[in-house]
Amino acid sequence: MSSLSETAHGPGAHPPVLRHHFESLLNQKESSLLGMWVFIAQEILFFGGMLTAYTIYRNLYYEGFAAGSHHLDVTLGTVNTAVLICSSLTMALGVHAAALGKRKMTVLFLLLTIALGSVFLGIKVVEYADKFHHHLVPGPGFSAESLRDAHGQPVLDGSDTARHAQMFFALYFSLTGLHALHMIIGIPIIAWMARAASQGRFGPVYYTPVEITGLYWHFVDIVWIFLFPLLYLIPHHA
Amino acid sequence: MSTHTGGTPEPYGRPGAPPPPPEPPPQPLRESVNYLNVSYGVKSWLLTTDHKRIALLYLASITVMFAIGGVFATLIRLELITPQGDMVQSETYNKLFTMHGVVMVFFFLIPSIPATLGNFLIPIMIGAKDLAFPRINLLSWYIYMLGASFTMYAMVTGGVDTGWTFYVPYSTHYSNTHVIATGLGIFITGFSSILTGLNFIVTTHKMRAPGLTWSRLPLFVWAHYATSLIMILGTPVIAVTILMVALERGLHLGIFDPALGGDPILFQHLFWFYSHPAVYIMILPAMGVISELVQGMSRKRVFGYNFIAVSSLAIAILGFLVWGHHMFVSGQSTYAGLVFSGLSYLVAIPSAIKVFNWTATLYKASISLDTPMLYAIGFIGLFTIGGLTGLFLAALGLNVHVTDTYFVVAHFHYIMVGGAIMGYLGGLHYWWPKISGRLYPEGWGRVAAIIIFVGFNLTFFPQFILGYLGMPRRYHYYPEEFQILHVMSSAGASILAVGYLLPLAYLAWSMRYGRRAGPNPWDARGLEWEIASPPPTENFLVQPVVTDKTYEYGAEEDAAIV
Repeated sequence: MSSLSETAHGPGAHPPVLRHHFESLLNQKESSLLGMWVFIAQEILFFGGMLTAYTIYRNLYYEGFAAGSHHLDVTLGTVNTAVLICSSLTMALGVHAAALGKRKMTVLFLLLTIALGSVFLGIKVVEYADKFHHHLVPGPGFSAESLRDAHGQPVLDGSDTARHAQMFFALYFSLTGLHALHMIIGIPIIAWMARAASQGRFGPVYYTPVEITGLYWHFVDIVWIFLFPLLYLIPHHA
Repeated sequence: MSTHTGGTPEPYGRPGAPPPPPEPPPQPLRESVNYLNVSYGVKSWLLTTDHKRIALLYLASITVMFAIGGVFATLIRLELITPQGDMVQSETYNKLFTMHGVVMVFFFLIPSIPATLGNFLIPIMIGAKDLAFPRINLLSWYIYMLGASFTMYAMVTGGVDTGWTFYVPYSTHYSNTHVIATGLGIFITGFSSILTGLNFIVTTHKMRAPGLTWSRLPLFVWAHYATSLIMILGTPVIAVTILMVALERGLHLGIFDPALGGDPILFQHLFWFYSHPAVYIMILPAMGVISELVQGMSRKRVFGYNFIAVSSLAIAILGFLVWGHHMFVSGQSTYAGLVFSGLSYLVAIPSAIKVFNWTATLYKASISLDTPMLYAIGFIGLFTIGGLTGLFLAALGLNVHVTDTYFVVAHFHYIMVGGAIMGYLGGLHYWWPKISGRLYPEGWGRVAAIIIFVGFNLTFFPQFILGYLGMPRRYHYYPEEFQILHVMSSAGASILAVGYLLPLAYLAWSMRYGRRAGPNPWDARGLEWEIASPPPTENFLVQPVVTDKTYEYGAEEDAAIV
């Protein structure tokens, strides 16, 4: 800090966690929370572009999308949904513990969140591996051999259904990949929070970083809540 | 707030008194501590979190990008002097206009006013010490530089030829140029824009000084708030669209590929969903600047404050509903075209509200014709021409006639160059004493403003005629009867180039040799004029409290100043 600001404030004039340009801790916390909400608004639009593409093609090409969706493992998807919801619960408990100043509980819950997030990504890897195995990755190597249409008939390579199923998998990989990327970014941030919590940086007066990390994590969770039915349950609709 | 101003010394003695003793040798003036001299060295700039220094980092970067974009423009105008494509190959010409557009739009115009003047002024205008997130502010500059490096890399290694609009399927399947690297650069830079917008929104909500209610906010801040909303809600869509182009090009995903049932028109929808509002990212901050300039240079409270403030928000909102007017000939449904056409007309209402209110402010005001005012008047005139020709283009029938002609080129240059850049330069001159602590040479300033105005009109007005007569954009061969108009345009461009080089020279000169400016050289109202020039690091030594409406030029006050 420059000497100017020190003379302006006097050393020790405010708590060390208060950045000098905010008037109070409350002001700082409200700003950080609003910042994260604005960031989340931006994220919604970010996913929105791809979801628009999904909506249009899903309506145009139901057969192909149903065939592609039929191949996805609903059990794994459901398990993953449950895992992610549990991680949101542990995250919320972690924020609560941080607000109460319970150091060990905060660290525990944050580590649990990381563990559940990693389980989710692990299951995702298993699912991706299956798609690679069955040549369902879009591109020149794509093959519809393993797909079945809504009537249980095999999908012929080169048919419209096969082409549209390829588009389904393009959107499947783009959307889930983008979602997974958000989790891969989130996990180290939670780890960082856990480390800071273990050093006793958070307490009732100041736990904003944990709280905004929580907001981000819940957002990523909610994106999945939308992706799961959109991608996995197409042939299951009445 | 008293500060050292370094102005002329007090008159020495009374009339009739004995002549003063010979002046002592000039002492080096002791400058007060400010954001410029508080610390020195490269590190103190590259790691700064001071919004004013970050504004200067942006100023330097975008000036370089403007110069690069200008070189491409120069080459285009040189090529177009003759009807034959005799200077460059067609492939090279395609790359020139693409890179001119990419650099000017994404790396100059979009960050221009928000990242420099906005960054510098918003915290000061609202009585805060800094933006809400100073480190994110610095991060946004680094992200900008990273994005610029990707795009520069693409340009140095061969360039890109798709046009700045990256239309598929050419960009995904057929172009053999660096589409992915350029796109990645734009993708990355988008996040610097998002972070700037996020910072402005939170700052405006949470950092205002006591007493500074929303209805007292300077119009510059209102305009930037509206701009930030567009940055937050529009930019992520172009980011994901470019991502999809890159994925399609690299991995053949098929989202825009008709061979798989994809639709190239979807790309146009997604692209213009951002890129039309992006026009308002460029023009709204300029409108904010003009509102300040008009009141400051005519020393009169701006007429219709509430209307100007709300019209910024109206433009931001309407701007999201008109993207289809770029696609009248793309095969979208006629009904969609009708709706988009109608909505586009609506944008004229808030725009006209601003123009009329600025004009009404000037009525019976004591107008100073110093440089900032020349830019403001130029802006109002050129923006009106640009806006009205926008209405021509929003009309379904006429649009078909002039689609993809020089008429469109002239129209958006009137908005982006005649509007946004005039606003940017006007604002830069108006706040230059605050930024640098020095006065720029007024005579040179006026000359440059007039040269730019003349050069601009000579460059772009003939293009309206060219377009109406049928000259398509993006071609460097053209029928001989168009040559006279093209030569006029190129001649104007050379005048414009001189006009742009002049401020670069005299503003740089004034940083060292200009007369020192006091805190308020224009005698204008606003918190930024109540602190020293240049401001101290934390802007305000004591927390300001706002008790008045903004832009109060009371009669008593005037008397007190005299």
